[in-house]
Amino acid sequence: MFFVLPPPPHPSAPASVLLSRQLGLETEGAEIGRVGKAFALPLSRGLLSAILVRRLARFPRWGHRDAEAAERTLAQHAVPAGAARGQRRGVLQATRIFHTASPHLAPLPPLPEHGGKVRHGLIPEEFFEFMYPKTGVTGPYVLGTGLILYFLSKEIYVITADTFAAMSTLGLLIYIVKKYGASVAAFADKLREDQMAEAEALKQASIKNIQDAIDLEKKQQALVAKRHYLFDVQRNNIAMTLEVFYRERLHKVYTEVKNRLDYHIAKQNMMRRKEQEHMITWVESHVVKSISAQQEKETIAKCISDLKLLAKKAQAQSQSVL
Amino acid sequence: MACILNNPSSNLTSLLSLEYKLLNVKLQQLPAWIMKRDFSPSEIVKAFHRGHDAYFDKYIDVKKGGIGGVSMVLAAYILLNYCVIYKELKHERR
Repeated sequence: MFFVLPPPPHPSAPASVLLSRQLGLETEGAEIGRVGKAFALPLSRGLLSAILVRRLARFPRWGHRDAEAAERTLAQHAVPAGAARGQRRGVLQATRIFHTASPHLAPLPPLPEHGGKVRHGLIPEEFFEFMYPKTGVTGPYVLGTGLILYFLSKEIYVITADTFAAMSTLGLLIYIVKKYGASVAAFADKLREDQMAEAEALKQASIKNIQDAIDLEKKQQALVAKRHYLFDVQRNNIAMTLEVFYRERLHKVYTEVKNRLDYHIAKQNMMRRKEQEHMITWVESHVVKSISAQQEKETIAKCISDLKLLAKKAQAQSQSVL
Repeated sequence: MACILNNPSSNLTSLLSLEYKLLNVKLQQLPAWIMKRDFSPSEIVKAFHRGHDAYFDKYIDVKKGGIGGVSMVLAAYILLNYCVIYKELKHERR
């Protein structure tokens, strides 16, 4: 990504010096100030580009996620403004990094567990350790007693009515601290731990959210690899519907053809039946016509005589059985 | 965290040498040591700030502090007030 800017005109020397002073480039741009005259505008352009680059450094197409990494690569690729004097094309000109102190990239160190030790609530332990080599364990106490007696005897500490008030107050305070100190400390510890647990829970929730997002992304990426299944299923479906259409049409063809063949068969049968019936009636009618009246009488007389014979036979048979 | 020595110098080498902590200065070198400090107002304010930060880091900004951190400050305040009011108390001596 390059900044393509129009080439700078030649400014006059006093204007450039004023501009560099205003930009406060005395210490850092000293070496740059020694290069030719027309550097003020490239410097301001460099400033502008540095600002824009720092803003744009957040975009992923740079490949960086934080400004520090962008700064580092910027410092690697940066072209000093003096050298860019001859160049027309505006390559990244970062001549000034704004934050000169080292950035605190690590989290703050945790608080120490215990503070400095204090004996009797008033005197730091270092005092006792300081006196131990020369005076042993009782040294500071002897010193304290001596000092107290000295102050009292020389009346550097004056005993007034306030003394008794102070003694009562101090006694009461010491009693309260001794009695309730531990429970107050436990309460404070519990408060602190609740706050830490809350912060930790927030952190864990955020981590979990991001982890879930990562897992979802991974799953979706894995799904992408399996998307050919979708197309296979679609192809299968289409093939099946085509097959179904084909079979439907095949069946239709079959029924149509059968229909037509049945029709022909039915027609043939009907014709044959009609012919048979017609022939039968014709033959019957002819036979009936051919029988004359004379033949009819003769056949009837013969039938009667035959019947009489049969009746006699039957009678004789029945009599023989009896 | 104020893990800076209690007496800075503009020179980095003297900052790192061990002699220039007050606890390490020998008694005879004390005037020389005092002369080496620059007593501009900003430096004095910075010294107060450093002392404040050192005390807080040691006794108060801890996980399990004790009564000593607060009570030392109160005791010093009591002593300071006694010193202030000593002038009037002198008359009550017997």
